Amino acid sequence: MSPLAGYLLVAALLFAIGLAGALTRRNAILVLIGIELMLNAANLNLIAFWRFGPHPEALTGMMFAVFSIAVAAAEAAVGLGLVISIHRHLKTVDLDEINRMKG
Amino acid sequence: MSISFYILSALMLAGGLGAVMLRNAVHCALSLSVAFTGLALLFLQLDAQFAGLAQILVYVGAVAILVVFAILLTRTSEEIGESNVFSRTWLIGLILAAAVFAVLGWAVLRTAPMFPQPSAAPPVTVQEIGSALMGRYVLPLEIVALLLTAALIGAVIVATHEKEGAK
Amino acid sequence: MHAETSFALQGAASTIAQWLWLIPAVPIVASGVAALLKRPQRKLSSTLAIGALGFSLILSLVAFFHVLSQWSAGAPTREVVNFPWIQVGSALVDLGWVLDPLSAVMMVMVSFVGLLIFIYSTGYMEHDENYTRFFCFLSLFAGAMLGVVISNSLLLLFMCWELVGFTSYLLIGFWYQKPSAAAAAKKAFVTTRVGDIFFLLGMVWLFAQTGTLLFYNSGAGSMESSALQGLLAQPAALGLTAAGAIGLLIFAGAAGKSGQLPLHVWLPDAMEGPTPVSALIHAATMVAAGVYLVARVYPLMQGGALTGGSTPALTVVTWVGASTALFAALIAVAQDDIKRILAYSTVSQLGYMMAGLGVGGVAVGMFHLITHAFFKALLFMGAGSVIHGCHEEQDIRKMGGLKHAMPVTFATYGAGMLALTGVPIFAGFWSKDGILEAAQHWSVAETPFYLLVLGALLTAFYMTRQVSYVFFGHYRGHGHAHESPRVMTTPLAILAFFAVLLGFVGTPAWPWFQSFLDSRAAGVDFARLGEAGLLMVSSSLIVFAGIGLGWWLYGSKSPEASAPDVLEKSAPALWHLLRDKFYIDELYSATVVAFFWAFARVADWFDRRIWGGIVAAVTWLFSAWARFNRFLDARGVDGAFDKGCEELSNGGGMLANVQSGQVQAYLRLLAAVVVVLAAILLWSSRA
Repeated sequence: MSPLAGYLLVAALLFAIGLAGALTRRNAILVLIGIELMLNAANLNLIAFWRFGPHPEALTGMMFAVFSIAVAAAEAAVGLGLVISIHRHLKTVDLDEINRMKG
Repeated sequence: MSISFYILSALMLAGGLGAVMLRNAVHCALSLSVAFTGLALLFLQLDAQFAGLAQILVYVGAVAILVVFAILLTRTSEEIGESNVFSRTWLIGLILAAAVFAVLGWAVLRTAPMFPQPSAAPPVTVQEIGSALMGRYVLPLEIVALLLTAALIGAVIVATHEKEGAK
Repeated sequence: MHAETSFALQGAASTIAQWLWLIPAVPIVASGVAALLKRPQRKLSSTLAIGALGFSLILSLVAFFHVLSQWSAGAPTREVVNFPWIQVGSALVDLGWVLDPLSAVMMVMVSFVGLLIFIYSTGYMEHDENYTRFFCFLSLFAGAMLGVVISNSLLLLFMCWELVGFTSYLLIGFWYQKPSAAAAAKKAFVTTRVGDIFFLLGMVWLFAQTGTLLFYNSGAGSMESSALQGLLAQPAALGLTAAGAIGLLIFAGAAGKSGQLPLHVWLPDAMEGPTPVSALIHAATMVAAGVYLVARVYPLMQGGALTGGSTPALTVVTWVGASTALFAALIAVAQDDIKRILAYSTVSQLGYMMAGLGVGGVAVGMFHLITHAFFKALLFMGAGSVIHGCHEEQDIRKMGGLKHAMPVTFATYGAGMLALTGVPIFAGFWSKDGILEAAQHWSVAETPFYLLVLGALLTAFYMTRQVSYVFFGHYRGHGHAHESPRVMTTPLAILAFFAVLLGFVGTPAWPWFQSFLDSRAAGVDFARLGEAGLLMVSSSLIVFAGIGLGWWLYGSKSPEASAPDVLEKSAPALWHLLRDKFYIDELYSATVVAFFWAFARVADWFDRRIWGGIVAAVTWLFSAWARFNRFLDARGVDGAFDKGCEELSNGGGMLANVQSGQVQAYLRLLAAVVVVLAAILLWSSRA
């Protein structure tokens, strides 16, 4: 098995763990944690492909990953701000109880 | 596959598992930091030094802290000693995650014979990265700058206490 | 005076002939105006009627004197104005009017007698609440009758004839709330209709044969020689020529209108109408229209006769007339209603006129018509005066002694009675004698003459009976009898004057009237008096015998109403036969009327069950179809639609459950879909 496959499998596993966390935890913030894990898994994929793919000198993969990190940071900031705001209004962050958008 | 790969992967995966499974939310956040660190070390091993260090700076230094702040700000009294931290439908989520892993794993293993063999490490200097950012990737750079500005302002607005009169 | 209608030459239409149409038109217009009045206006309607008829009288007199001057100058006396009316296929139907001695004399008589009766009516109908309607109808009748008289076309005559019959119906049934009056009006209309059917048939046949319905049209008319010759050449059934057959058909119509046997049944019942109506219509004018019609189509009936001979048509006319004369006189003997006696007397005298036309020609019959109009109108109006004075009593057994209470009425009535019976000097004597003389010399048979003589005897008898019951003896009614107002007695006096003196225009010595009608020169010839002298003396004796018999039996005796009549005591069976009018009405009721009742019932059943049933079935079908459609629509269409909407709503409800508002549920869905899609992608690219 080539190293790339190893890294990819690890990334997949991390992704699945992150997804499981996002789907099963009650706390909204822990869902966000799961989402961060998924993003990180994707970043690992990107770097792995950059390293073992054609033309690594073009820096495409690394740039992609760096930008992804920047965006993930922004998203985490806004998302957590939203969670805080929800907590202020609904006095809870338990996702099982939040169904105001029920339609 | 060197031994460091396995150790670092195990570290990272353990940190991830801890992040999603621990009962105390703060413990989850800390476990998350461990996962981030493990990942950063993996980046270093992949000769992506800039990405790895950026990972530590941003994720461990900012995102994890932010998560901790958020957890602390949204604590309610019943959260400590809560009966169940997992939602009512945890099984379906688990099954789905497993399905996703299965599909991804299958995709990887199917195409594994086509993967190229490892080559020499590419020379990546910060200067090159800087020129790339200012040259080829200047547009995404500017857009991300705009995005970050918007996110900053947005987060502040969303999280600010509303004025008493506007309620 | 023999049966000879001279074919007088036709002259150019003079001014008065051009305006002749005004004579019937003005009364009809007056009637129309009276009909359109918003509320009844008594004074206005009677003034309109009298004024209109007065105007017609003046014009008639002008026309009469014009014809008179033409006649005395020896010029053609017939003037005709024709105009085209409609086109039937290729044939043109013309209408028109004629001014000749016959129509001139009739015009003057109708308008003069009519005017007097109108004036009389203003007094007689004063207390009636339908005064306006009465004068409207009277005026319409006068116009229609004048139309009959001046008509030159058989079609126009028929139209005015029907109008006359219609107004007669309206006037007989004037007091329509009385069931007997309404029934009498219906009877009159239906009975004359029977005659009119034959009239119509004759008219159609004449049109088909000759192509014209005009009487005179400068040689092309149907009464003129070329048409007549064609008709005479055509044979019809039973040995008649076409001319004779057509003449008999037309006579059938005249028989209905003039109350000849067997269509006489309506005339006595027509006495239900007000007395002026009886005087005008059923004495002087309408019933005379039948006689006038026969006189008009006389060339048709006379065609083919040798000089002094007769035709089958005229023979029938004579027999019918003579039998009617005797028949009605017999019935009049046994009647107790003052007007009924006069009604049967009218039927009898009409028989005389028809017989006169048959045996003696146009002039003989018309002379009696004219004199009869005057004295019969006088008698009816006098009877009206008597009824009015006795407070609407009509039974002669409840009157009596009125010669003291109502002197003017008595005097005038007496004059009329003497004229009717045919006492010498009076008008009726001369005219009736003319008929008797012609009948005596009739070439076909002597029997009509004897029938007519017997009728004259009976006429004298029953009139004397009536007069003695009414005017002599003592008063047997209730209350006091009083004389009628001047507006009623003055016309009586005028008519009495004519009843006495009118006969002198037609004496054998100076037959001015007959010559005028025949358009021949008249000369005074006293020798003729001698020829007719024997007959004159014998008829006078017969009349006096009748009067004497009547006086002897009834005189001033004044029996009570409850006591039986003198004759009844002596011959009760015969008396009852006469009183019940020979049971003719009962015969008709049992046969003709019963048949039509049954037919009407059958038709009603048919209409109700069959046609009504069909209509009901169709209706039911349609309503069932409508109900079925409604069911389909409500259950089927609506149901399906409603169900569909309901399902849509439910489905929407079910789909809405997907949006639970729970973030993790959405995430789960996303993850699941991604897995599925990825699997599909990978599976399809396996190869």
